[in-house]
Amino acid sequence: MTLKATPLNSAHRALGAKMVDFGGWDMPVNYGSQIEEHNAVRSDAGMFDVSHMCVVEVKGANARGFLRALLANNVDKLQVPGKALYSCMLNPEGGVIDDLIVYFLAEDWFRIVVNAGTADKDVAWMEQQNVATDSGLTITQRRDGNEPIALIAVQGPNARAKVWQVLPTTQLATENLKPFNVAIVGDTAFGEAMVARTGYTGEDGFEIGVPATQAEALWNALLAAGVKPAGLGARDTLRLEAGMNLYGQDMDDAVNPLDAGLAWTIDLVSERDFIGKAALQAKGQGAQFVGLILREKGGILRAHQKVVAASGLEGEITSGTFSPSMQQAIALARVPMDVAVGDTVHVVIRDKQLAASVVKLPFVRNGKVLAA
Amino acid sequence: MNIPTDLKYTESHEWVRREEDGSLTVGITEYAQDALGDIVFVELPQVGKAFTAGDDAAVVESVKAASDIYAPVSGTVTAVNQPVADAPDSINQDAYGAWLFKLAPSDAAAYDKLLDADAYGKTTDH
Repeated sequence: MTLKATPLNSAHRALGAKMVDFGGWDMPVNYGSQIEEHNAVRSDAGMFDVSHMCVVEVKGANARGFLRALLANNVDKLQVPGKALYSCMLNPEGGVIDDLIVYFLAEDWFRIVVNAGTADKDVAWMEQQNVATDSGLTITQRRDGNEPIALIAVQGPNARAKVWQVLPTTQLATENLKPFNVAIVGDTAFGEAMVARTGYTGEDGFEIGVPATQAEALWNALLAAGVKPAGLGARDTLRLEAGMNLYGQDMDDAVNPLDAGLAWTIDLVSERDFIGKAALQAKGQGAQFVGLILREKGGILRAHQKVVAASGLEGEITSGTFSPSMQQAIALARVPMDVAVGDTVHVVIRDKQLAASVVKLPFVRNGKVLAA
Repeated sequence: MNIPTDLKYTESHEWVRREEDGSLTVGITEYAQDALGDIVFVELPQVGKAFTAGDDAAVVESVKAASDIYAPVSGTVTAVNQPVADAPDSINQDAYGAWLFKLAPSDAAAYDKLLDADAYGKTTDH
């Protein structure tokens, strides 16, 4: 089976990246040391090729109404053009089809960025709902063939400054952008650039979308400006420290988002109906989603390891790793409702039960370790 | 990738050196540390533990994966390299210097049956 390649594939190989099969995509896992790349993002500026993710345009007069019913979070929070929202898209059983960010550009134009492995599923679902609701929208994915947009995430305390060095004509429009806002700037050296103050690392920065034909030139310009290339290995340790969920691991079609720490993205209070609302109201929350820090030597916390609460009830780690910023093994875990922040639980690693502390998320934000 | 010719190897990427006193020093190869990525945890066996060839003897964990290290021959553990357990990334920096444990082999001839550098090199050619 041939792996899919982003427009930056040769650029990664030219840098000597270690390439891996990531859900059918040929992607860089690191360029030498994922720990060094992680540290570069926390202390300076690093960049990720996220062109395997997919921009989806939702256009038409009924776009807002359509998305109000489609998404679990409420797009009515987006009243000023440029504002963005993190949301889940649920199935009628309340399971998570995907997590995504929706950007409000105009009343008849919302732009959504979805995960790489779920893009086809997501677009098919949206189109199905478009037809079912007779919304008359045009839903176009911008990754495979249709004037593709390549995405580069530049993250770290110095990220925005470096982006302005390379894309000076975007500075005016983006200097005062608040977090979770986007500007689209037409006249840059790399074509039309979408510059969003969003990210998946817990650091400040911009996620940039440019025409795929310009991606390599932009990547090289950022390299020349001193931005360090960072791979999927560092992406995972950064997002985990930042307490951010990974679709397919922390939640999926069969998982109740209330059990995945996503209640804050789900508006169950207002009278707005959306797909999955009734199912969630019927189910309620059945498990807690917490952070764990391993307190005894004996291994690294990893997905699927069993967690034993003091009561004897069991949970499971959904994502685990070794935190470069904390120099400790950390994890996200789905645990019984009787577990509280501050508790000690035990994680089964090989033949041992090792003590771990239950902590509030995030572990790290803006370079600072919050959980200890 | 470096595969010293004065060492012997296993298909599971352990290197083995026979010392003058007949004891065997065991570590993981440069190929293995590169495949694992940044190593962050090492669990060494107890001195005195007896292994049969192929038993789980130690664990090396990188950020992305846990890897079992196997006893290359049957024998008893005579020493472990605690400084490597305390600084796991030393394996990434010097795989052939960062030995993990030493064995007193139960059969001196077993060492000769391990892979030589050439044969091991062929197993890592893809």
